[in-house]
Amino acid sequence: MYQTTYHRPSSVAEAVRMLGEAADGKFLGGGQTLIPTMKQRLAAPSDVIDLRHIAELKGITVSGRDVRIGAGTTHEEVANHSGLAAVCPAICYLAGHIGDPHVRHMGTIGGSISNNDPAADYPSAMLALNAMIHTSKRALSADEFFTGLFGTALDEDEIVTAVSFTAPEKAGYAKFPNPASRYALTGVFVAKRPEGVRVAVTGAGEDGVFRATAIENALSRSFEPSVLDGIAMPADGLMSDIHASAEYRANLIVVMAKRAVQAANG
Amino acid sequence: MADISMVINGREVRGSVEDRTLLVHFLREHQGLTGTHVGCDTSQCGACVVHVDGKAVKSCTMLAAQASGSEVTTIEGLAKDGHLHPVQAAFKEHHGLQCGFCTPGMIMAAVDMIRRYPGGLDEKTVRAELEGNICRCTGYHNIVKAVLAASEAMSKPAVAA
Ligand SMILES: Cc1cc2nc3c(=O)[nH]c(=O)nc-3n(C[C@H](O)[C@H](O)[C@H](O)COP(=O)(O)OP(=O)(O)OC[C@H]3O[C@@H](n4cnc5c(N)ncnc54)[C@H](O)[C@@H]3O)c2cc1C
Ligand code: FES
Ligand code: FES
Repeated sequence: MYQTTYHRPSSVAEAVRMLGEAADGKFLGGGQTLIPTMKQRLAAPSDVIDLRHIAELKGITVSGRDVRIGAGTTHEEVANHSGLAAVCPAICYLAGHIGDPHVRHMGTIGGSISNNDPAADYPSAMLALNAMIHTSKRALSADEFFTGLFGTALDEDEIVTAVSFTAPEKAGYAKFPNPASRYALTGVFVAKRPEGVRVAVTGAGEDGVFRATAIENALSRSFEPSVLDGIAMPADGLMSDIHASAEYRANLIVVMAKRAVQAANG
Repeated sequence: MADISMVINGREVRGSVEDRTLLVHFLREHQGLTGTHVGCDTSQCGACVVHVDGKAVKSCTMLAAQASGSEVTTIEGLAKDGHLHPVQAAFKEHHGLQCGFCTPGMIMAAVDMIRRYPGGLDEKTVRAELEGNICRCTGYHNIVKAVLAASEAMSKPAVAA
């Protein structure tokens, strides 16, 4: 790892100021992506600004069906929150299947969505749940927030502070994990509301997370796995790598969508 | 340089380290606590697992400066008064190790796992929970047995000697 300077702010405003003063600083959430990247010398920030001691970034609130999750909330806290499990168990399930227990003790929802890894789990939930992403500057819909492979609408000095959404009638997540890393080889999150179904796919798209409109339309007619029987996803725009071809991922999208619907229907 | 302080295995320690120093290097090279191992450089193997404020984390994926102000427990901190911790005893009894390189991380992960499942564990859960700990020798079978035995032993109320 190259040299860096560590900072520990106690408020969002202080963190933003510290980043502004740094030559080439980066925010440090749980560090479960940034530290490995720094160890590999693929990132070399002059300064790291630790967000773990900022109280205003922590915690989960559920009032009625309205959910707000602070950006500094760990995967483990989301996985085990009983209030959240009562209204949207799918997101608890998703968080509980990220990486391994040690990663879940440190990694945060804010770090995961800011990184927007094309194989990360949370971006699919944010997009399918039609979540709002709250930052130190504004609030954006998930559709606006995720802009492509590892890309987000965030400015350099902008901190994700929380995500919020209204729990849908039903939701489900299914992922085919890469057997070595547990990242999604393909993962599908489905969310059903009276006005229709949203379906978001991670792990498969060349540009990162995306909505599968053909599957949304079919499921909006009938929220049953069997309505997806005849549907074939095009392989165009899907990733091909040593783990799986684009055609294989295209097939997995439909299979995972069926499993996600099954999970949502209980 | 970062001036840091933390409580390691019940002992208050202070140090001045480069900001980029990983917690695992602080433990091994500055504190001489070489029980915590480094088995990879990709944050995947779990040989480096320690507890920070009561939770299992990979000490190779945390800066020492991030851990400043925390309580850290390493494998050296488990045995009390010359008696192995029940999880250590179970690994010995059930032959849960061969070369032993993964063992400190396995045991720290197992202690954390047993804490999180006070109602007990089954084989499937143990295998899933060991996702972050790689063993190149044992094939995991005896590790799983040892964790199940320790979980069982620890759930029994302590009997007065
Ligand atoms: C072994 C292993 C397995 C993993 N498996 C999975 C998996 O199966 N699925 C999965 O989805 N992920 C997986 N991950 C990644 C993990 O979920 C990370 O926790 C997550 O991607 C990043 O969150 P973090 O809080 O650790 O962020 P960090 O690593 O601290 O930061 C990541 C990036 O986001 C920025 N950032 C952090 N917080 C904020 C914020 N609040 N506002 C703005 N920018 C911010 C940082 O500057 C950095 O660029 C795995 C990681 C490891 C090491
Ligand atoms: S040394 Fe391999 S995960 Fe830490
Ligand atoms: S006993 Fe050798 S790696 Fe596990």
